[in-house]
Amino acid sequence: METVSFFGWMAWTQPTALFFIGIGSILVCMTIWEIKRPCTERKGFLPIATTRGDRLFISLITSGFIHLSVVGATEWSIWTAFGLSVTLLLVTLKWG
Amino acid sequence: MNKTHNNKAWWLVLPMFALVAFSAIIPLMTVVNYSVQDIFDQNTAYFVGVEWYQEVLRNTRLHDSLLRQFIFSFSVLAIEIPLGILVALLMPKEANWKTSLVLILLALPLLIPWNVVGTIWQVFARGDIGLFGWAVNAMGFEYNYTANALDAWLTVLLMDVWHWTPLVALLCYSGLRAIPEAYYQAAMIDRASRWAIFRYIQLPRLKGVLVIAVLLRFMDSFMIYTEPFVLTGGGPGNATTFLSQSLTQMAVGQFDLGPAAAFSLIYFMIVLLVCWLFFTTITHMDKERQ
Repeated sequence: METVSFFGWMAWTQPTALFFIGIGSILVCMTIWEIKRPCTERKGFLPIATTRGDRLFISLITSGFIHLSVVGATEWSIWTAFGLSVTLLLVTLKWG
Repeated sequence: MNKTHNNKAWWLVLPMFALVAFSAIIPLMTVVNYSVQDIFDQNTAYFVGVEWYQEVLRNTRLHDSLLRQFIFSFSVLAIEIPLGILVALLMPKEANWKTSLVLILLALPLLIPWNVVGTIWQVFARGDIGLFGWAVNAMGFEYNYTANALDAWLTVLLMDVWHWTPLVALLCYSGLRAIPEAYYQAAMIDRASRWAIFRYIQLPRLKGVLVIAVLLRFMDSFMIYTEPFVLTGGGPGNATTFLSQSLTQMAVGQFDLGPAAAFSLIYFMIVLLVCWLFFTTITHMDKERQ
């Protein structure tokens, strides 16, 4: 079947599918939140004034580098990096 | 002023979204999928977790390539941006045939394909048959870009400056032409010096084009492949092997798709981070001044 070969070409795995579903859900939720309650720029502990979307972007890119640092420089489990990243995301969205 | 809000216009973005999905998002997702598997062929792949990331992040040859890449990109920016501004300031301001001629001459290097630029410089910089190499040797300098790492570096850098400074100059020239004459007249009344005019009128007004120039030149130089590949082949030794060449060796030369995918994603994240930092810093400097 066409669809099967298409997904076969993309070489999906369960963890990567969950990862993209996670990112996609975050984007959808943020969009709905933005439509329901539009945000304004504000200044938190980050050195620049940010919108909610900016804070999400900053958290995501920092999370990426946290994961890379944990994988590259330590022997810790990837779940440690994940835990750190989720905490960072929540803290940044709330107080960033 | 009342603004009309019509969100139906967002539907017009859909074709663009579909295009980006097929040209960027789906391939990127595939790269992410490849980066956690050992791929043998279309039907044989084994999940390996973060093993490839570990391998790539702990590979000292790649650390060296990354360092070289940063040094190269920042050298390119440090030379091309000021030089481009200077060239734009020196260009004739009147709209006549001289200006057109300068613009055409300036745009010429931009029209040459990358691999041809590499070939031109490969011949031009040779000590035996190339004018540049011969001239430098004749001046008493020991210059051989195929054997000396520093010479190879300087040649690649010079080639990039020759190829891309015109882009910065043309962008700055268009920015300078957009400054209304009234600003200069006001400066003349105040008896502003040449430096004051540049510092307080021209430079702030060039900010928009400079953001574009810095971003374009950073991204492009950070992904440079063809020119150094043709000119030096990454040598002597590994002296001019930049990130993209290491990546190509891994993906095409050794056909290690998994590690190459992990490497590509790390590469992508670095480009994304640096571009975001540049963009945010420059745009926020502007806001704070206001």
